[in-house]
Amino acid sequence: MTIANIMLVDDEVPFVEAMTRRLTKRDLEIHAAYSGEEALQKLAKTSSVEVVILDIKMPGMDGIEALKQIKSRFPLVEVIMLTGHATVETGIEGMKQGAFDYLMKPCDINDLVAKVEQAARKKRQHEEKIIQARVKEITSRRE
Amino acid sequence: MWRKSVRAPYYKHLIRNMIFTILAVSFVPVFFVSWTIYYAFANAYHEKVNAHLVALVENHKRQIDAFLNARLADILFLSENFSFAQLNDPEFLQAKLLSLKNNYSGVFVDLGVVDADGNQVAYAGPFKLSRVHYNNAPWFQAVMKNQVVVSDVFLGLRGFPHFIVAVKRFDGDKPWIMRATIDFIAFNNLVENIHVGKTGFAAIVNKKGELQTKPRFQFNVAQGCFGRFIDCDQPLTREIFSEERPDEHGQMTIYVSALLKNKEWLLVFQQKVSDALADQRFAQRLSLVIFVIGGAGILAMALLLSIRMVNRIATSDQEKEMMNKQVIESGKLASLGELATGVAHEINNPVAIMVEEAGWIEDILTEKEFTGNPHMDELHRALKQINTQGKRCKEITTKLLSFARGSGSTIGMVQLNEIIEEVITLSSQRAKYANIELHSSLNPDLPEIKASETEMHQVLLNLVNNAIYAMEKTGGLIDFKTYPREDKVVVEVSDTGPGIPEAVIGRIFDPFFTTKPVGQGTGLGLSICYGIIRKMDGDIQVKSIVGKGTTFLITLPARNASI
Repeated sequence: MTIANIMLVDDEVPFVEAMTRRLTKRDLEIHAAYSGEEALQKLAKTSSVEVVILDIKMPGMDGIEALKQIKSRFPLVEVIMLTGHATVETGIEGMKQGAFDYLMKPCDINDLVAKVEQAARKKRQHEEKIIQARVKEITSRRE
Repeated sequence: MWRKSVRAPYYKHLIRNMIFTILAVSFVPVFFVSWTIYYAFANAYHEKVNAHLVALVENHKRQIDAFLNARLADILFLSENFSFAQLNDPEFLQAKLLSLKNNYSGVFVDLGVVDADGNQVAYAGPFKLSRVHYNNAPWFQAVMKNQVVVSDVFLGLRGFPHFIVAVKRFDGDKPWIMRATIDFIAFNNLVENIHVGKTGFAAIVNKKGELQTKPRFQFNVAQGCFGRFIDCDQPLTREIFSEERPDEHGQMTIYVSALLKNKEWLLVFQQKVSDALADQRFAQRLSLVIFVIGGAGILAMALLLSIRMVNRIATSDQEKEMMNKQVIESGKLASLGELATGVAHEINNPVAIMVEEAGWIEDILTEKEFTGNPHMDELHRALKQINTQGKRCKEITTKLLSFARGSGSTIGMVQLNEIIEEVITLSSQRAKYANIELHSSLNPDLPEIKASETEMHQVLLNLVNNAIYAMEKTGGLIDFKTYPREDKVVVEVSDTGPGIPEAVIGRIFDPFFTTKPVGQGTGLGLSICYGIIRKMDGDIQVKSIVGKGTTFLITLPARNASI
């Protein structure tokens, strides 16, 4: 059983590869995407993704735009912003759009794993609550 | 202020222009209006004075003519109503004189009856003049010829000035003459009454140029219109004649003359122009004084206004210049910010990959087959070093980003004294190598300010680093001072270094301006400080004396306003 099922979105291929290797070794299941558009396509196919690690500055659809799309289409998926371009403004903007947290490149691998775990836990709690709510709804309907 | 500035000539020129304009605009109309009014007034007044004097003289001429005619009429009445025989009686004559004297007090002095040979046959009067021969007297010859005569004034036998009024009558075909003496004083009064102002007086002259009255002042017969009266080749044509000419002293004088007594006498009035126009002169002087005082007022006002206006212009120019500087400065910082953002991104990504790859190696090294490898410790150390240096790169780019962007740090209440202590601790090692002493005198009552701690660190570290760099070879002293001033907090950082030359002191806050050798300085330090301090509504100033040292003066608002 993996700790979490995550998607890593960054236009820097070597970075994605290095991170994939390191995170896989730490019992995380990684789906790689190299642009915002690709990430959205893959998310649509892979419903098991719990957390998205998203770079902000990317060619084409940038991180903030991708974040908005993810949050509107897959509201339960948590997003951690990871960027080499972190400024308070972009960080705050990300948080406003519903990102779970933001980290700056290069970051400590252990910090990142901890953040991912928190995000995954939050996502599962959300899901659980939704299931419970549905169950309640179904049971109350029966009564 | 502006007097010392480079633009002083311009401001002086401006002041001159303003003063000139104000004076021109004020004085030119005033001058023309005053001159027009003055000219019109002077003309009108002159004419009025002249007309007045002419009227006065004409009046008196009529009066005198009337007086003389009345006396003649008196005698004519006597001689017509009484016969030669009646009048020959001295007692009758005496009675007639008395009645005349009663009617015209003091005008008639005596009466006499003279026969055709010039013998006075009867006489009534105060003098013993009966039996006097008049056949040589000019008036006797004139009356024998002209029937009536009014003589010129003469001294005669009695030694007093007087004149005679006489008429010729016939007793049968024997002519006789009735004569009366007119008192000179009574006649003189008529003329003496004419006095105007201080110098205006009148006199009567006859054709010989002899005075017929006693003038109030010295009277020069050669002056004025007498020439034309006495000199018959150029007779006066008008009854009243007025002219202005200089008198014997060269003073302009008005002469008004009128012919009297069948053009035999000339009544002359004269008055000095300065006296006649005394009122005008007074008004003239008064307006001159007002003009001078008013002019002085306008001048003072123009001076004051211009200087005040130019001061204000200079102040606003200065403000504008400062604003321009700030705009340029912030523009520089903005472009620097863009550059820094790009650089940060471009560096952070490769650094991140390097760090991650190093991390991956580390991960691999934890595999079983590597345990017990003799180089394991060394490998771990090297990987850790890569990680550390990567973090350092990140830190540098983060700082560059945050300082250039003016953000990226949290703002809170900051005690500057504490930050200075930290900066001193941080710098002490470097300072020691350069033989530099760090000294501080911090005011313990310094209020906290709202600021970013990291930013304040950066500002102070920058200043200290610069100071240490400047004194690296010579050694010296860096002094920190803090104190509150009004609602502000002041931090002074002084060094005893070589100082900043005048030529570059204006550029030290410019981005990328550096005096360090190529590759040693980015030229960003002070411009970052400047940006940070300005963003906080503070001010950073530099005072430097070459050879003595440099002082940076940072002023920050102590109030808890939002930044």
